Amino acid sequence: MSGNLVNFIYLVAGVLFILGVKGLTKPKTAVRGNFLSALGMLVAVVVTLFNINDVDFIYVIAGVALGGIVGALMALRVQMTSIPQMVALLNGFGGGASLSIALAEYITRAGIKSTSVIDFFQPKIVASNAFGEGVEGTIGLVSICLTVLIGAVTLTGSLVAFSKLQEWMKKSYGLPGGPIGNGILLLSALTAIVLLVINPGNMVAMVTILGLALLLGLFLVMPIGGADMPVVIALLNSYSGIAAALAGFILGNTVLIIAGSLVGTSGLILTRIMCVAMNRSLANVLFGKMAASGEIIDADEIYAGKVTSAQPDEVAMLLETAQRVVIVPGYGMAMAQAQHAVRELADAMEAKGVEVEYGIHPVAGRMPGHMNVLLAEAEVPYDKLVEMDRINPTFEDTDVVIVIGANDVTNPMARDVEGSPIYGMPILNVDKAKTVVVIKRSLSPGFAGLPNPLFAMDHTLMVYGDGKKAVVEMTMALNQL
Amino acid sequence: METLILLLALFVLALFLGVELITKVPPTLHTPLMSGTNAISGITLVGALLAAGTESSPMLVNWLGFIAVTLATINVVGGYLVTNRMLAMFKRK
Repeated sequence: MSGNLVNFIYLVAGVLFILGVKGLTKPKTAVRGNFLSALGMLVAVVVTLFNINDVDFIYVIAGVALGGIVGALMALRVQMTSIPQMVALLNGFGGGASLSIALAEYITRAGIKSTSVIDFFQPKIVASNAFGEGVEGTIGLVSICLTVLIGAVTLTGSLVAFSKLQEWMKKSYGLPGGPIGNGILLLSALTAIVLLVINPGNMVAMVTILGLALLLGLFLVMPIGGADMPVVIALLNSYSGIAAALAGFILGNTVLIIAGSLVGTSGLILTRIMCVAMNRSLANVLFGKMAASGEIIDADEIYAGKVTSAQPDEVAMLLETAQRVVIVPGYGMAMAQAQHAVRELADAMEAKGVEVEYGIHPVAGRMPGHMNVLLAEAEVPYDKLVEMDRINPTFEDTDVVIVIGANDVTNPMARDVEGSPIYGMPILNVDKAKTVVVIKRSLSPGFAGLPNPLFAMDHTLMVYGDGKKAVVEMTMALNQL
Repeated sequence: METLILLLALFVLALFLGVELITKVPPTLHTPLMSGTNAISGITLVGALLAAGTESSPMLVNWLGFIAVTLATINVVGGYLVTNRMLAMFKRK
């Protein structure tokens, strides 16, 4: 097949990827978009298979078979609550694939054929045009090094992110000096890249780049707390795309560059959205800790004697007379496996003519958009899921807000108390509603470690207990009214 | 050198297109977007096939090719299937 035809078909595949992402801009067209994107992938892979003749197909067939089985099992078995873990793993695999491609290209082009480990580390004599003529050769070699660097950071960083989300790694570890330690690692890796460019046969330099990059990935993510993993996996998503685009530069392959850029920008935009939703800079998430509060706020002082509690059947009576109810879910709802119970409560309210909507904060789940998937799984129609900016103006006309498993994202201190650690973080203004019902085990603080004055407000009712049980009891009481 | 500049042009334009497209994806679909882009990043399968090496390549290249093909295929198959599974749950009333 001629190179021109192959490149033309790669362009078709690239267009299909673009149309695929465009389909994701509306829930109605999203399934078709995903299909178009998969079609683009099929086209690109098939045309490549026709174009490579002398490849050792045993390894290719074995890889496709193994990868296909593992991928299918992961996709069909994963629980919706564990999607962040799966995405973290896939980010890492993307980085690992780009890394392996870069290493394989380096060895092939440099013509390294070693028979023993000792021989492997000996400096090699590499033809001056092994990676291209003149400047092009330097750029080619630098592309290989950068792909190794970013690919390796994505691989180990994602594995740590996975362990944190899976709660295998609960503590935070870091290099002494924090960002400075990581900076030294990065500078050392960049120095090794310079050494390799000066002498392209310097195997020790190549192995050093790989080793340092793998360590850097570990130490970049290990100090970051579990609550910030949504930002981290969005960022690593972006890295995996950039690594793919760089691999495209090594191979001179257009479709890798188009696809890699799409993934790279997607990850970056999601990273930014999550940072804005937490009112923190990316540097603060990656290297900082949440600012300690200037003055210690005494939880007892806020709550003492002011908290009103209620029973599920009392809430049911309120709900029956309401015209509009907004449900504000947090990850705690998913932890209690209460999403189906919540949807049944909403159904019971709607049967009595109550208008029900869901207010979704951008950081409500464990990754961007996670809460929407969890509710969609419980068969909540997506047009009932309303994002923060659109639901906030409606709280004043809302009779009852039910907060379940959410805390910090409803804390009015973020809006009203200047100097509070969460001041400036966008919140759901649930306190503007006529009545707020908070379903919670106790008055314990959320991730930010702050008391929530919402709980002590005159129009707030606390329903203590397990989220699922409380909601089921409300539904039963409502149905009997 | 001309090829390199052309590839660079493609890269920069694709980045701008990416920003335009992705900012239009609603928050509801951000999780499927991430798993969908995981699948797209499996395009490294094409790169893996090109770099997989021949029968005369050193074993190390063959093995690296095998690892790259395996990981990229997991992304392609796993990414598209799980995205489809999620999107199928998004329904209107």
